[in-house]
Amino acid sequence: MKHVVTINQANLKESAHKGGCGNCQASCQSACKTSCTVANQKCEREEK
Amino acid sequence: MIHKYELNGLYIVLDVNSGGVHIVDELTYALLDHAAPPFAEECPPEILAAMSGYDPEEVRESYRELAALYEEKILFSPDEYEKFAAHAVASPVKAMCLNIAHDCNLRCQYCFASTGDFGTGRKLMTPETGRLAIDFLLERSGNRKNLELDFFGGEPLMNFDTVKEVVRYARSKESGCGKRFRFTITTNGLLLDDDKIDFINREMHNVVLSIDGRKEVNDRMRRTVGGKGCYDIILPKFRELVSRRSRDKDWYVRGTFTKHNLDFSEDVFSLYEAGFDQISVEPVVSDPACDYALTEEDLPAVFAEYERLAKRLLEQDKKGKHIHFFHFMIDLDQGPCAVKRLRGCGCGNEYVAVTPDGDIYPCHQFVGMEEYRMGNLHEGTFDTEMQQQFAKTHIYAKPACRDCWAKFYCSGGCNANNYQYQGDILKAHPLSCEMERKRVECAIMMQAVKAL
Repeated sequence: MKHVVTINQANLKESAHKGGCGNCQASCQSACKTSCTVANQKCEREEK
Repeated sequence: MIHKYELNGLYIVLDVNSGGVHIVDELTYALLDHAAPPFAEECPPEILAAMSGYDPEEVRESYRELAALYEEKILFSPDEYEKFAAHAVASPVKAMCLNIAHDCNLRCQYCFASTGDFGTGRKLMTPETGRLAIDFLLERSGNRKNLELDFFGGEPLMNFDTVKEVVRYARSKESGCGKRFRFTITTNGLLLDDDKIDFINREMHNVVLSIDGRKEVNDRMRRTVGGKGCYDIILPKFRELVSRRSRDKDWYVRGTFTKHNLDFSEDVFSLYEAGFDQISVEPVVSDPACDYALTEEDLPAVFAEYERLAKRLLEQDKKGKHIHFFHFMIDLDQGPCAVKRLRGCGCGNEYVAVTPDGDIYPCHQFVGMEEYRMGNLHEGTFDTEMQQQFAKTHIYAKPACRDCWAKFYCSGGCNANNYQYQGDILKAHPLSCEMERKRVECAIMMQAVKAL
């Protein structure tokens, strides 16, 4: 494409179908404790 | 839904429901003010007329590219997640904040825990209560393998014997139960010594070291009981801990910025110059009446500072001096799944806090709010109806989140802040939302710069 560069896989939808295993970190347990952020957590599913 | 913005010379278009991030040229950025589904085979005349300042052939070409992205379902893609939210039910409890000490040896001006005791009296958790907390977590964690326990306070080093006993007890249960504990400790550092550093570096998966940045900024808010700033006491101890810490374990220096240091990127860089490259500096959340409180009038300055910080961090990267700034960390491909993003922090559902008395609350921020006491370890009680209620505090239950482009990044914000400042866990706290959106914009911009 000449006018648009897509920089990622845009795979949020696929992640919904095989997601929800719950093995990832609870988001408030990292550094924040006051300002919740979820998108910076890692997926820890053992079989992807 | 899309969100488009211009930052650092880039025209960025986020497709909210697929997570797609597109960098477009200025023409396409303008075209997106007019073009939207359904797309025609060719750019309609009225759109060409609206784009009269641009070469029509270029507009047609750009329009076709947008239509192709739409067909690929990575632009204007539909929201198909509400069905997952509709099935939200209580989860196993996998994470716990253990308020090991409702006491503190600092008197930080902005402390949400009322200088350590959460307004409930100064107390230390007994080893017995700590062991009961581990038993509760093991019993309630179902098939979750990774269990998280954060030693919090007050100041947990004031009750370090209980910390050690809880770790010993939890480790003794790991293999028999098929679980793995990951411990975190959050400390102000005053009581750190060689033995504690050794123990923490051996046992703790993550360490959060509280320091606000520049000496004058830190010492204005973070004072000892005698009223003196703590910077000179804690800095050498934090350096020692970090220098002896294994590289495969996490740690952060973590500060709070207030109205008094709206130039907080200086604090990030001050921490870096002091020898730390894992940094979190976060906005204070407080009663707007406090003189240090961030208010709506501060937002332009906060936004400008986040942008300045993002650009400064990118400059650092170019020099090969990377700084991990917690709130700008984002993985656009391998981040959490959509199901996690719907649920948010999980407080009151998969995450709870326990006080020295054994009282259970949805999280550390709810401690002391009697109406949100979920149970007590000694009484063997746990309010599973309240847990169900928290399981349903997903982004589709929050009116302000449903139509927010950032909902899959912040996942609904902090329920405790919502309750404390808006009176309802489902009502988003607008000031926090504004800052969160700005951080996400900066974080995505930084990823775009690195990807191009």
